[in-house]
Amino acid sequence: MILQTITFYLFAAITIAAGFMVIAARNPVHSVLYLILAFFTSAGLFVLIGAEFIAMILVIVYVGAVAVLFLFVVMMLDINFTELRQGFLQYLPIGGLIGLALLIELIMVVGVWQFGPEVAGHAIPQATTNGMTNTEALGNIIYTQYVYAFQAAGVILLIAMIGAIVLTHRTRPGVKKQRISSQVYRDPKTTIEVKKIKPGQGI
Amino acid sequence: MTIGLENYLIVAAILFTLGIFGIFLNRKNVIIILMSIELMLLAVNINLVAFSVFLGNLIGQVFALFVLTVAAGEAAIGLAILVIYFRNRGTIAVEDISQMKG
Repeated sequence: MILQTITFYLFAAITIAAGFMVIAARNPVHSVLYLILAFFTSAGLFVLIGAEFIAMILVIVYVGAVAVLFLFVVMMLDINFTELRQGFLQYLPIGGLIGLALLIELIMVVGVWQFGPEVAGHAIPQATTNGMTNTEALGNIIYTQYVYAFQAAGVILLIAMIGAIVLTHRTRPGVKKQRISSQVYRDPKTTIEVKKIKPGQGI
Repeated sequence: MTIGLENYLIVAAILFTLGIFGIFLNRKNVIIILMSIELMLLAVNINLVAFSVFLGNLIGQVFALFVLTVAAGEAAIGLAILVIYFRNRGTIAVEDISQMKG
């Protein structure tokens, strides 16, 4: 139990520090790398609490796809990032004020909150149900009770994929590519010119 | 001293606040704003999973999965819009994005 406590505080501290560095780092590439660190450590927090499936999905989807997508975009766009940091401290007071107010509100909510009487009996850490693993239990729910929502999630991903392709695709003029039909329909009469050349003369 | 629901909720609250704070701090950089939104969605996921585990109800994790899906789609579309905007204008400064203002 003491090991679990130490691990929780370690992961929580790294997550929060990485989250802070995401918004404070000078170089956006460093921001993305700190974002990856934050996702990794929060996956560790999920494993600690017994939600292995969400933790692995977090690593695969966020670290493997979303964060790498950010990394590609940051590196591909040729932007002067120091120019974008002008006026960085201009919004610090108002942002800090609003952030601090929000944090105090959230912590006050956590401080005075308690379980309702009908759920208070279940307030015991319980990672899996009926001896199944977390992934098995989640699959049992997703493919039965939430199958329509699951399909809708797939449709959302499909639309996002099509949208991203349609938005970024462009047809550039002057790109050479093979058109088989025009090759097949080439006519010898129009493409070959026969000339009679008398001996001793050039063309 | 055991780790309870409150610990996870406080971590999530701090991460969410960092996300809000990041949007205010980096008013000019769209990429950092998108990353701040990802941080806020991560905080929401921590909340959902923590409640799900400590209440012994798996539905929270199902919804964390859907939040993850929407976050992935949002990042893809947002970055695609960013790329075509940069291709057309050569800048991504937020205050320059006012073409559609009447």
